[in-house]
Amino acid sequence: MKHKLANTYLILVFIILYAPIIFLIAYSFSQGETMTNYHGFTWRHYQTLFSDARMLAIVANTLLIALLSSLIATLIGTLGALSITRTTKRVTRESLLTLNNVLMVSPDVIIGASFLIFFTMLKIPLGFGTVLMSHIAFEIPIVVLMVLPRLREMSRSLLDAAQDLGATTRQLLTQVIIPFISPGIFAGFFMALTYSLDDFAVTFFVTGNGFSTLSVEIYSRARQGINLEINALSGVMFLFSLLLVAGYYWIQQASQKRRHRKREVTS
Amino acid sequence: MTKRRTWVYFIPYGLWLALFVIAPVALIIYQSFFDLGQHFTLTNYSTYFRSATYLKMTLNSVWYAFLITLFTGLISYPTAYFIHQLKHRQFWLLLVILPTWINILLKAYAFIGIFSQAGLANQFLTFIGIGPQQILFTNASFIFVATYIQIPFMILPIYNALDDLNPAFVNASKDLGASTWQTFRHVIFPLTLPGVKAGVQAVFIPSLSLFMLTRLIGGNKVITLGTAIEEHFLTTMNWGMGSTIGVVLIVAMIVVMLLTGDQKTKGGTPR
Repeated sequence: MKHKLANTYLILVFIILYAPIIFLIAYSFSQGETMTNYHGFTWRHYQTLFSDARMLAIVANTLLIALLSSLIATLIGTLGALSITRTTKRVTRESLLTLNNVLMVSPDVIIGASFLIFFTMLKIPLGFGTVLMSHIAFEIPIVVLMVLPRLREMSRSLLDAAQDLGATTRQLLTQVIIPFISPGIFAGFFMALTYSLDDFAVTFFVTGNGFSTLSVEIYSRARQGINLEINALSGVMFLFSLLLVAGYYWIQQASQKRRHRKREVTS
Repeated sequence: MTKRRTWVYFIPYGLWLALFVIAPVALIIYQSFFDLGQHFTLTNYSTYFRSATYLKMTLNSVWYAFLITLFTGLISYPTAYFIHQLKHRQFWLLLVILPTWINILLKAYAFIGIFSQAGLANQFLTFIGIGPQQILFTNASFIFVATYIQIPFMILPIYNALDDLNPAFVNASKDLGASTWQTFRHVIFPLTLPGVKAGVQAVFIPSLSLFMLTRLIGGNKVITLGTAIEEHFLTTMNWGMGSTIGVVLIVAMIVVMLLTGDQKTKGGTPR
């Protein structure tokens, strides 16, 4: 009896979680022009979407920003995590971590507004460059947080052994440390990618007039009302995020398996 | 010797800390002391604290964020609790996370369709005999959609706390004759409180600044701190006042973090 109640509750929550998404995608196949009555199946809105040159350019921009910013953020974040673990004083480490988390907890509006002031003071014209820099900036802390646990798991003796065997600092980094923390780096990269694709508020502040990303474009189109082309777009994006989730899940599983295997070997 | 060479690796990260963490926060505080004519003054703060409109807006914003957090918590705790008892919990947890990977604006856009005059929600209301209502652009719809968006961010930390809970405590409590409710009330809930606090942190602060939802769903009836900042920065171009509200938001954020932060140092010795 009690079990049934729990299950009913869960089913209800999951229906609420997924209904809007399913609703959105279902209407992308409707022949009508609004999200009210279903008028029969059509691919028309997808055709409109794929022939909308402006929209395609914006999609390309968004992906370019996401990939480029995640790559750079992963690089800087990994280096940051390495330096944080190298600190010997507890105070230094704690304050570095606190500073690292400032952008994680700040509301998007604050990040966007403060970056806008920053870019304007330095007289940097708003556009691709400022959006890219902002995305890198708010992605770095999540990369650091993903890499740090792996670095902590790494045993000191592993490094000592490598050094005793004559490894240089560079060799130590590229052949021992990086391979060991690579699951953390990949996880960080994926999180950075989703942060970038998901961001609206920060981009909205620093984007200026000429440049636009998907979120900003959806916002301005949604303010004008219903347009089933956006539904088609959400269908495509849902598919894309499913692929990303699958990729992320796969990497996690692979790294877990590897860890298990290693444990079997060592035990 | 290695120590001397590795500090070079710190340079990019250090630059990021200085330029994109410390400088922007300093700049927003600095900017809050300038009026429209770029004169250094305290007028922004005095206007803010003397104006009934600003104070009312702030209280409103906090009140709505509180309601959103409350509803999110009430829905999320049982969800996390029941998911934790399931067999394939990892899979169900993934299903909770999946909606967060969908752009927040697309979710808001979906609700514009659902809540519209002839939308799904009104069709349902007509069907059960209430008749169509104005749903979109009301405060209730704003709270509903905000809660919808925040639910996964509350479920995750609570679930993690439940996962960290040692089942021995629950078993001990049951062995000592506590009812299911007593076990929950005196053992499970207190021990998972850190998860709830983390969830409150993850939900309350963003709820103060959700400006796109107040525009798209709330129809500008609810003005949150975030909406006010966006308005001052991008519409009226009064950056000084916008920064002042920003500083208020930062202070609110710090208060929330202090209230919900883990108080490990305060007593609480394990007995």
